[in-house]
Amino acid sequence: MPDADRKDTPEQAEFRAYCRDWLHTNKPSQPPVRIPLGALELSDPAALQWLQVWQKSAFDAGLVGCDYPVEAGGGGRNNCQTIANQEMQRAKTPFFPNIIGLGMAAPTVLLHGQEEVKNTLLPRLFSGEDIWCQGFSEPGAGSDLANQQTFAEKRGDSWVINGHKVWTSLAHFANWMILLCRTDKTDKYNGLSYFVVPIQTAIGKGVTVRPLIKLTGETGFNEVIFEDLVVEDKYRLDAVGAGWKVAMTTLSHERGAGELVTPSAGGMSQENTKSANTSSPSALVDLAKTSYRNGKTAADDPLLRDEIIKIMIRQEAFRQNQRRALVPALIDHPMRIPLQNKLIGTEFNQDLAEIAYDIQGAASSLYLNDDNALGGGEWQLAYMNSFGVTIAAGANEVQRNILGERVLGMPKSK
Amino acid sequence: MIEQPKNFGFGEDETMLRDSAKKFFSDHCGADKIHRQVAGNPDIHRNIECIWDKGLWQQITELGWTAACVPEAAGGIGMPLVAAVALAEEAGRAAFPSPLISTFNTTFVLRECNSAAANDVLAQIAGGKPMSLAITNQQGSWEPTDTDVSIDNGQLNGTAWFVQDARKAEGLVVSARSAAGIGLYYVAADADGVAITADGIIDLTRDQAHISFTGVTAIEVAAPGAGDTALAHALPAIQAVIAADMVGAGEWLLQTTVEYANTRVQFDRPLGFFQAVKHPLVNVMLDIDRAKSLAYSAACAIDSDPERQEWANTVKLAHMAKANASDMAVFASSRAVQFHGGIGFTWECYVHLFFKRQMHNQMLFGDARYHRAILADMLIGQAA
Repeated sequence: MPDADRKDTPEQAEFRAYCRDWLHTNKPSQPPVRIPLGALELSDPAALQWLQVWQKSAFDAGLVGCDYPVEAGGGGRNNCQTIANQEMQRAKTPFFPNIIGLGMAAPTVLLHGQEEVKNTLLPRLFSGEDIWCQGFSEPGAGSDLANQQTFAEKRGDSWVINGHKVWTSLAHFANWMILLCRTDKTDKYNGLSYFVVPIQTAIGKGVTVRPLIKLTGETGFNEVIFEDLVVEDKYRLDAVGAGWKVAMTTLSHERGAGELVTPSAGGMSQENTKSANTSSPSALVDLAKTSYRNGKTAADDPLLRDEIIKIMIRQEAFRQNQRRALVPALIDHPMRIPLQNKLIGTEFNQDLAEIAYDIQGAASSLYLNDDNALGGGEWQLAYMNSFGVTIAAGANEVQRNILGERVLGMPKSK
Repeated sequence: MIEQPKNFGFGEDETMLRDSAKKFFSDHCGADKIHRQVAGNPDIHRNIECIWDKGLWQQITELGWTAACVPEAAGGIGMPLVAAVALAEEAGRAAFPSPLISTFNTTFVLRECNSAAANDVLAQIAGGKPMSLAITNQQGSWEPTDTDVSIDNGQLNGTAWFVQDARKAEGLVVSARSAAGIGLYYVAADADGVAITADGIIDLTRDQAHISFTGVTAIEVAAPGAGDTALAHALPAIQAVIAADMVGAGEWLLQTTVEYANTRVQFDRPLGFFQAVKHPLVNVMLDIDRAKSLAYSAACAIDSDPERQEWANTVKLAHMAKANASDMAVFASSRAVQFHGGIGFTWECYVHLFFKRQMHNQMLFGDARYHRAILADMLIGQAA
């Protein structure tokens, strides 16, 4: 988008110029280690450390938490995070490693936490010195999130927590967790409470983190066991019994539909590697031009051409939807487009990678550990990994329920 | 990159026009009324009819709808293309039987002719005269260079096929071949030598015909060699407007089916409780939103780039809009029939009006696969 079309406020325009200038001289150069596709795939401590240095430098420069209060480590600006995000994307920076902290914990702590907790935890969250994870899912509470069994019992001024969380991304690196648990066994929804709890400092003292291996062969998520973890009452967010309401704050931000814009950077691609950019249809075209089927290139196969164009249309439509979502006169329900984003984005990436599988024919059997794999085997990895996000953060079946119920006004499916 | 307005060009005037169209259709064109009007005779072997309300046409021309996108120099209002897109969307939502879309399409072609003769015809459109395009051959080709009509010594001979709203139109813009290439010609629909043969079509809200021309004296609006270029320049606007008609009809189908699913009870629950019904309807909504955003963006790209500096981008968006809208139209109408159950399979349920309009629209000016094949050549490269 040309700058002239942005219609920035004076504050935004000044901040944009500042960001662009800062990024020009301070964007990190190529990393010394392999950086995975996203923060949720982080498993190498060296990669994490390198990304933490980048997040800290962006935070110190004022590009992270721009719209949060100054006391909580923020920039105290108005609607400037979007500007910083646009400029970081434009500069093709690395991504931020503390993705759960920035996207889910920060708005929830800000909107529901005590002053002291906000002011001590948020600055280290924004800087990336503390990594956060999310303790929502349990063996018996997936799509049925309110079926929480992890229990917090009040003992004196503190809470004692026992239970079992699963699919906990980044827990192996995390200092803190946002935790949804039960404080009353007699009321499914009103019996929930919400805490922030320490992880790293409590390992061996009530917290056990065990890695789970994904179907890709990678680590990245975990199960977390609580056995008599003692947590101070000040780390409770909002009232006892208000956990479901607080969780909705977290989830609306996770789905990109919250009131606070998530600090987000990205766009960097690693040079000098064979790795394919698995989120780009134009990379799919390149793949099709160098893959062979029946003695012709896949780019000449009419059926594959049709599939490639279908996915390109979806990409363009997503872009134009985002544009239309900003024009109140052109939308009949304010959440109609924002609530689609998680669903559409994750299925787009899944289908894109699936077509890449089809394009490669016999070569689609090759994986990261084979030198002949096209694009370094990253398409196959991306396809397998894509199920992480179509399932996580409310499986897409749950997203369709939400859209049907909140936007179309259909009866609740439960 | 050419600067485009954030609101796709939907300023105050365009939004007011759209809202007044919404009100007009809800006042005059409820589905029950349209059904009584056009679906009186279900007999498959019925005589081919052309039913429309000329009084309503009179009213919409007085409201300025046909003049909206006629340039001011030709006596029109000179609004951006999104105005026509907005009106087409509302017309589709009402399954409005009228030559409105055909008249828009003729307007878009004449706007690209840059001739005094074309401006004269545009002035007639601004004055409320319904028009249509006779530019398709017997094979149903949508290519601007394909026509079965020829011109020689100022006289048209041959037959144009798949002419929309042919019996409502008072004037026709005809593409015809001569040694010097494709030209465009205006003829009055009742001129000597023009024979209109109605097609028996499924869509109850339209009429269609093939028209033979036998020694018809015609007015040249685009010279031989310039006609196919004018058509090619108008096609993105035509595709965007048809897509918008489908978006509107899609919204009617979605809302109507959701209402039915919320009230019809089976197994002691409304149908909409069941995810087998709810999730496909959400998918219909996702499809409609995609088609709507693409149609608006195509119209906006045309409005923003009168010099055609980024023409390839405009053409791309319009093909995408029509491709996506065609698939959406089929999906939205099939789910509407299916989820209405037994009643949805009957003539008395209004759903079939929209189902049939969508099936007609999805092929009009190229179905989804046609547009995707063109996009593949543009974005992947010609296949070997």
